[in-house]
Amino acid sequence: MPLLEIKNVSKDFDGNVVLKNISFVLDEGKVLGLCGENGAGKSTLMNILFGMDVIHETGGFQGEVILDGESVSFKTPVEALNAGIGMVHQEFSLIPGFTAAENILLNREITKNNIVSSVLRSEKLKTVDMPAVFESAQQSIDALGIKLPAESVVSELPVGYKQFIEIAREINKDNVKLLILDEPTAVLTESEAETLLHSIRSIAARGISIIFISHRLREVIEACDQVIVMRDGLIVADYPTDEIGEHPIGKIASWMTGRTVGESVADEARDLTKEKKIILSVKNLWVDMPGESVENATFDVYEGEIFGIAGLAGQGKLGIPNGIMGIYPSTGEVIFNGEPHELNNPRKAQQNGFAFVSEDRRGVGLLLDEPISWNICFNAMQIQGLGIKKYLGIPFRHEPTMNEVADKYIDELQIRCTGPQQKVSNLSGGNQQKICLAKAFCMEPKILLVSEPTRGIDVGAKELVLDALRRYNKERGTTIVIVSSELEELRSIADRIAVVTEGMVFDILPPSTKSAYFGLLMSGEKIEGEVI
Amino acid sequence: MVKKFDAKSFLRSMLVPILFLIVISFAIPLSGFTSSHLIKEVMTRLARDSFLAVALIIPILAGMGINFAISLGAMSAQIGVIMSQNWLIGEKIGGIGGLLVAALIALPIAIGLGYFAGSVMNKARGREMITSMILAFLVTGFYQFFVLFICGKVIPITNKEILLSRGYGIRNTIRLETAGAFDDLLMVKVKVPGLMRPIEFPFFTYILIALACIFVIWFKRTKLGQDFRSVGQSQRVANSAGLHVDQIRVQSVMISTVLAMFGQLIFLQSIGTMNVYSGTDQTSLFAAAAILVGGASVAKATIPNIFIGVALFHTMFIVMPNAGKALTGNPAIGEYFRSFISYGVVTLALVMHAWSRAKARDDERKRLRRDKTDAAEAAKKASAENTP
Repeated sequence: MPLLEIKNVSKDFDGNVVLKNISFVLDEGKVLGLCGENGAGKSTLMNILFGMDVIHETGGFQGEVILDGESVSFKTPVEALNAGIGMVHQEFSLIPGFTAAENILLNREITKNNIVSSVLRSEKLKTVDMPAVFESAQQSIDALGIKLPAESVVSELPVGYKQFIEIAREINKDNVKLLILDEPTAVLTESEAETLLHSIRSIAARGISIIFISHRLREVIEACDQVIVMRDGLIVADYPTDEIGEHPIGKIASWMTGRTVGESVADEARDLTKEKKIILSVKNLWVDMPGESVENATFDVYEGEIFGIAGLAGQGKLGIPNGIMGIYPSTGEVIFNGEPHELNNPRKAQQNGFAFVSEDRRGVGLLLDEPISWNICFNAMQIQGLGIKKYLGIPFRHEPTMNEVADKYIDELQIRCTGPQQKVSNLSGGNQQKICLAKAFCMEPKILLVSEPTRGIDVGAKELVLDALRRYNKERGTTIVIVSSELEELRSIADRIAVVTEGMVFDILPPSTKSAYFGLLMSGEKIEGEVI
Repeated sequence: MVKKFDAKSFLRSMLVPILFLIVISFAIPLSGFTSSHLIKEVMTRLARDSFLAVALIIPILAGMGINFAISLGAMSAQIGVIMSQNWLIGEKIGGIGGLLVAALIALPIAIGLGYFAGSVMNKARGREMITSMILAFLVTGFYQFFVLFICGKVIPITNKEILLSRGYGIRNTIRLETAGAFDDLLMVKVKVPGLMRPIEFPFFTYILIALACIFVIWFKRTKLGQDFRSVGQSQRVANSAGLHVDQIRVQSVMISTVLAMFGQLIFLQSIGTMNVYSGTDQTSLFAAAAILVGGASVAKATIPNIFIGVALFHTMFIVMPNAGKALTGNPAIGEYFRSFISYGVVTLALVMHAWSRAKARDDERKRLRRDKTDAAEAAKKASAENTP
């Protein structure tokens, strides 16, 4: 019997179509695996199901969602909860100082009457019946097949258990019919993930349907009855798992990336690993960047090359440059140019010849309310004293020098503006990004770390930005480390591409590698000989 | 999982009380007070000040830090006292009756001001403490305008004793008809062996304080109390669990303001006179300092914190002037210590809170790293065993 039916659902954000005519059916007690690259539309689809604010704030959606035979359209997550949809998010929503039991029954505590509450007839003034809360929570935890006392305080538990507590919270609700698990295994160790897959099967056996979103394709195959692959807002494959056939993981990976062999790659990809020396050597790097933590990354970058770092969102690729630059707390061993590099010290890093173009353009990258000239010269001024003139030994800003420098880069990078005095907040995203590049170029770095240089800018500007990086690398021989979530972009610019999965460098490949294989690596699989 | 007793973290949380204990243990012999005098004084002050400190607990529970806006409750109490003293002139309803009428007048004012303060603090999320402090200054302005001008010009004041001679405005200091109404109701004398005189203490006031404590303990265990705790721990999680975070935060400030109103009434009747214009200036500071001296932090406060804190803090107040005089020959130095130490304690508590939060984050990071490394090693070991 179908529990959930999605009929012709479409959604656009200001004309930008993210879902096109999505239709599928999920039966009661079945597990559906949902796969797709970043931006394929998975999150939007889940947001529609769960009635998140972003959906109706942007004009709702077209099509129909049928839950248990009734057409539904939730205005708030609370409505979705009441209708029996439970969601476990990627980030934990647990209260660290509470016990597992208190978290599992948060705002659904079992209560009993006391004198005041019975006189005032107030639900809110009833006493919380802690023993009953513990008992109920323990039942849900036991149902997952893990050993965990409900009295444990969450902050003292290993990370893996938190995911189980979240799931226990959802199945503790009497009315839950559909459970959405968004990357539940991302933070789990292998054995914990194994337990979780068992739990998923046993929850499904109780008649609860599950949508399981994961980039670990092996787990999807193992746990799911049905697999749906999304790409660019479309469903490109919808099969019962046992009908996928041979090499299911490879097939799903190629559906996800959707590209066939022989696409355009960097025709000039060079192999500098033999002739050049190592300029940057990173060993066991840990970076505590929220949502992008790096856990034990190790890699080498050779002098003069363009080194790409690829990976799915949340896997830690952004943490690497941010950690090396000292923007987020980090530990590990980094050797630059043969000398140990001091972590957690952005100033020292820049003095030693690092420059960084941050993915957080408006937050870290730019002084939005200041003119272009100030922005371009800012770091070089702080670190190297560019544009500073001393009068009587006191440093003053020297505007003419700054304007001269700004003019040079406006010309070189074709920044569209009225002049060096224009405020950067008035520029388009692409031009702002060029300012960020100019700011880094201005420091004349030995190594340039670029994070998501083309995020949120239009296609034309993208090419200009990439060209500027290529040219800078070619003309000056500056080593560039570029992090991007767009694989094709990396393949067109980088000499070697590292794939980051779960905070570690999983493999380093030449850009000519098939993109389906990249997709496979990003999903945490490394299979020799699997046909793609 | 039984929580292990951690001596180090216990000592860390009790650092301030221990420091105070050391200072006092030096100051007491210097002050030259007899123990019976000292105990009587401390007992009086405990009765006088504890209730105000109780008012701070619930906003801390709801994660809003120390509510410096309890002064708003104190101001409503003072307005209640002025009005009751004005309207009850010539009526023979006694001290308790007078206080009850004052409380009745003050209650709606306290509720309204609490709602106002809570709403403002919701607008300044994350900066509740400084907002509440500045808000108290602002409302003090309104309050002073009320007693200086409205009383007599708009609201007729018939009681000439409290009126300034120019015909409007309340006198700077007024003697309360209700002085000692609670304290004298049930004065208990206890003979302590070894002391010359029996110790007197206001038993009825202690009953009121005990009731307030029972209320707080009971409240923590209700559904509403659990909601407050949830909001206090994480607004984001509480919100996603369907709790009305803003409403709960406003409620916590309202409860706090109303409790502070009762606290100020107890304080006033114990002193016997009322400093109309500046009487509420340091109410919140002293209450906050006391509770922090008792080992509370801006994120966690318990009933024992209140009594340890009030006892230690006020013992210091009692002995410092004499100790200061013995040391420097100048009693003013002890007075000066009053505000110096209160502000110092609040600052120390804030710094220590920020420090322990940073440490908790650091520990979390280390733990995550250890978990991951352990798991990786276990996996390596397992695979090594599988491949003979």
